[in-house]
Amino acid sequence: MRLKEYVLHHGRQFGTLFGLLLLSAILWALTPYFLTISNLLNVAEQTAIVAIIAVGMTFVIITAGIDLSVGSVLAFSGIVMASALQAGAPLVLGLGAGLGAGLVCGLVNGLLITGGHLPPFIATLGMMSVARGAALMFTEGRPVSGFSESFRSIATGEVLGIPFPVIVMVAVYIAAHVVLTRTKLGRYAYAIGGNEEATLLSGVNVKIYKSAVYGLCGMLSGLAAIILTARLNSAQPIAGIMYELDAIAATVIGGTSLMGGEGNVFGTLIGALIMGVLRNGLNLLGISSFAQQIVIGSVIIVAVLFDMALKRGKR
Amino acid sequence: MENHSVLEMLNIRKTFPGVVALDDVSFDLRKGEVHVLLGENGAGKSTLMKILSGAYQKTAGRILIEGREVEIKSPRHARQLRISTIYQELNLIPHLSAAENIFLGREPSSAMGFIDRGAIHQAAAGILKGLGVDLDPRIRVAQLGIAQQQMVEIAKAISLDAGILIMDEPTSALTEREIAELFTRMRTLRAAGVSIVYISHRLEELFEIGDRVTVLRDGKRVGTHNIQDISRPDLIRLMVNRDLTSQFPKVPAERGEEALRVEGLNRNGVLHDISFSLRRGEVLGISGLLGSGRTELARAIFGVDKIDSGRIYVKGELQEIDCPRDAINLGIGFLTEDRKTQGLVPLLSAKENICLPSVDRFSRYGFVSAGEETRAANRYVGQLRIKTASVDQRVLFLSGGTQQKVVLSKWLCCQAEVFIFDEPTRGIDVGSKAEIYHLMNELTASGVAIIMISSELPEILGMSDRILVMHRGRIVGEFSAEEATQESILRAALGQ
Repeated sequence: MRLKEYVLHHGRQFGTLFGLLLLSAILWALTPYFLTISNLLNVAEQTAIVAIIAVGMTFVIITAGIDLSVGSVLAFSGIVMASALQAGAPLVLGLGAGLGAGLVCGLVNGLLITGGHLPPFIATLGMMSVARGAALMFTEGRPVSGFSESFRSIATGEVLGIPFPVIVMVAVYIAAHVVLTRTKLGRYAYAIGGNEEATLLSGVNVKIYKSAVYGLCGMLSGLAAIILTARLNSAQPIAGIMYELDAIAATVIGGTSLMGGEGNVFGTLIGALIMGVLRNGLNLLGISSFAQQIVIGSVIIVAVLFDMALKRGKR
Repeated sequence: MENHSVLEMLNIRKTFPGVVALDDVSFDLRKGEVHVLLGENGAGKSTLMKILSGAYQKTAGRILIEGREVEIKSPRHARQLRISTIYQELNLIPHLSAAENIFLGREPSSAMGFIDRGAIHQAAAGILKGLGVDLDPRIRVAQLGIAQQQMVEIAKAISLDAGILIMDEPTSALTEREIAELFTRMRTLRAAGVSIVYISHRLEELFEIGDRVTVLRDGKRVGTHNIQDISRPDLIRLMVNRDLTSQFPKVPAERGEEALRVEGLNRNGVLHDISFSLRRGEVLGISGLLGSGRTELARAIFGVDKIDSGRIYVKGELQEIDCPRDAINLGIGFLTEDRKTQGLVPLLSAKENICLPSVDRFSRYGFVSAGEETRAANRYVGQLRIKTASVDQRVLFLSGGTQQKVVLSKWLCCQAEVFIFDEPTRGIDVGSKAEIYHLMNELTASGVAIIMISSELPEILGMSDRILVMHRGRIVGEFSAEEATQESILRAALGQ
C-alpha cells in the first residue's frame, strides 16, 4: 500500500519517467544501437554537465526566481580555473578557483536581487552579459588549452566502467535531494518560493537564504565548467552558450513550477535525461542539427502543456 | 411580484472524488431580495455558488432561471445569463483605471480598433453616479481602498446588466462605516429589482440586510427562513447543530507583571507618539477604522517596518527590534490579518508551516529532524483540534478556520509570550471562532499577553480587558471593558 500511495503522491515524476522510458523505447525500435551500454553511458556523460547546472536552476526556480547567467558563469569559471592552472597553480587550488569564481558570480546575483531589489530576470540577464564579456576580454576571445593528465582524468576517468562525470552528477543529485528535503536551506527555499512575505514574517532571514541559493547555483555552474574543461582539454570563452535554456527546460519538464514553491531534483534529472536522450537519438537517426532544435523546442512545449493539463484535471 | 422566483436550484448534488460536497440542496432566489447563504466553512456555500457562477459543473439536479431550465456551462455562460459574482478576492486589474476595469473585455472601440476612452469614462461615470458612489472613473484601481474597489466590482456587475448578483463575504475587509455604505448600495440595487445572494459569516449583518436566509450544514440544506422569523441563537444552532453558550466566552485571567511597553513610538506619516503597556494575562483590544494605523503599529512592534523614534520594552527591558527574528526571539508572535498572503505558505504542509519560525529548534548543523518536527506539529494538531488528515497535508487544502489554527500553532510552537492577533477571526466560521476565543482564554490563563486588533466591535467588546482606539496613527481613546460601548468606541474611531 505504501508503494501505491507513493506513486499517487509523486504521480508527476512517474509521468515524466514514463515519458523518458517511452522515448527510449521508440529510439530503441528505430535504432537498436541506442540501447547499448556504451551509448547509454555516452548519453549520461553528455547529460551530466547540463544536469548539474539544472540542479542549481531547480533551487533558484523553487524560490520563484530564475538564473539566466549560468551559461556565461560556466564560461567565466572555466577561464578563471584554466588560467590559474596554466599559471602553475596546484590542481586543488585551480579547481577551487573555478568553483569560487562561480560562487562569487552567483552571490553577486543574489546580492543584486535581495539587496538591490532587482527582479531576478534582470539581475541575471546583466550577469549573463558581464560574465561572458569578462571571459572573452580576459582571453581576448581565444581558448585556454592543454592541461595535465591528472586534471583531464576528471572527465576521462572511470570507476567500474562508469565515467567520473556521471558519478559526480549522481553525487550532486543525491546531495541536492538531501539539502532540499532535510535541511533548513531547502525548507526555506520552498517557503520563500511559496510565500516570501509569510516566510519573512516567520523570522526567516530571506535575504541570506536567497543569496545562498543563487550562490549555490553559480557554484554548480563552476563545477560544470570543471568537467567541461577537462573533457575538451580546453576552456572556451564561448562555452555554455544557451545552457541556461537547457537547464530551465530540464527543470520545468521535471515538474518544478516557475511560480516557485514546488519541485524536486529527481524530476529535473529525468528532464535533463529526456533532453539528452532526445539529442542522442536525433543524432543517431542522422537528423540535422537545425531540425533538432525544432524537435527539442517542440518537446519542451508539449511536455509543459501536458503538465498543465494534468494539473488542471486535478482541480 | 413577491413570490416570483428568478432562480431555482433544485436537488443539486455535487461530488468530488471521495467527497460529497452538496447533497440534494435546493435554493431559490426571488426578484429583488437579498438572500443570505449561511454555514460553517466547508458547509458547501461556495460550492453551490460556484455551480451557479459556472466555475463548477453540478453532478445532478436542475437549475431554472426565470422558469426555464439551463445548464450553466462556464463563467462566461453565467454572465450571459445575467449572473455576476463578486468574489472575496477582488478580480480587478490594479494598473487599469476604474472605468477600464468596469468595461474590461467589452471596450467600446472606434472603427480602427482604438479604444474610445472618452466613451468608457463617460459610461462608467454614469453607472457610478447611479450607484451614488463619488469616484473618479479615471483613477487607477491600485490607488483605491478595498471598499472603493468593491464599488468598482459592483459597477462592473451593473454594467453587465446583472439580474443575479452573488457576493461572497464582501464585508470581511471593510470597516463599520464602509459596510454601512455598501448596504446602502445593496438596498438601491434591491429596489431596482436585482436579486442578491449574500454569503457572510457575520450574523449581525444578515439581520440588517437580509430578507431570507438559507442555512447549509455539511453539504445539506438545513432550512430556509424569513429573517424576521428567526433569532440569532436559532441560526447559530442551525449552523453548528450545537449550542454555543455564548458568542464571546471571555474568561478574565489574573494580571501578571508587565509584558510589553511601548513609549513614544513614531513612524513618519503613519504612527504618532504611540504609548501603551500590556500585562501578562491581559487582552488589549485595538479598535479603529481601516487605515487608522492598527496593523502598522503591529508591524512596527514586530520589526517588519522601521520606526523613526520610540522605545519598546519587553518584560521590562529596553529592546532593539530590527527584524521579525528579533521580535520572535523576544517571545513575540504575530498573527497577520491576511492568512493567505502573510500568514501561511500554502504549498507547504501543516507541519512545515507550524515549524517555520522555530526550525532552528528542530535542526542540528542545518539538518532538520523530521521526527521532532512531526512530534511537535502533532502536539498542536491535537491541542487545537486542527482538522487535517495528517500534518503532511498542504495547508492550501485546509479550511479558513483550520488554517488560522495552523498559524496559531506556529506561534505556540515558538513559545511566544506576547501574541499580536490582527483580525483573528476574519473569514472563519462560527465554530472555529469560538474555538479561537477559547484558545485566547487558555493563553491568558497561562500568563500570555495578547494584543487583539479587530474591526468587529462585538469581538473587541466581548474579548478585551482594555480597549485602545486609534485614529490617523494616534491613540485617541482608552476604555476599560466595563465602560466601553459600541457607540463610544465608534465615536473615538471616527475622530470625534
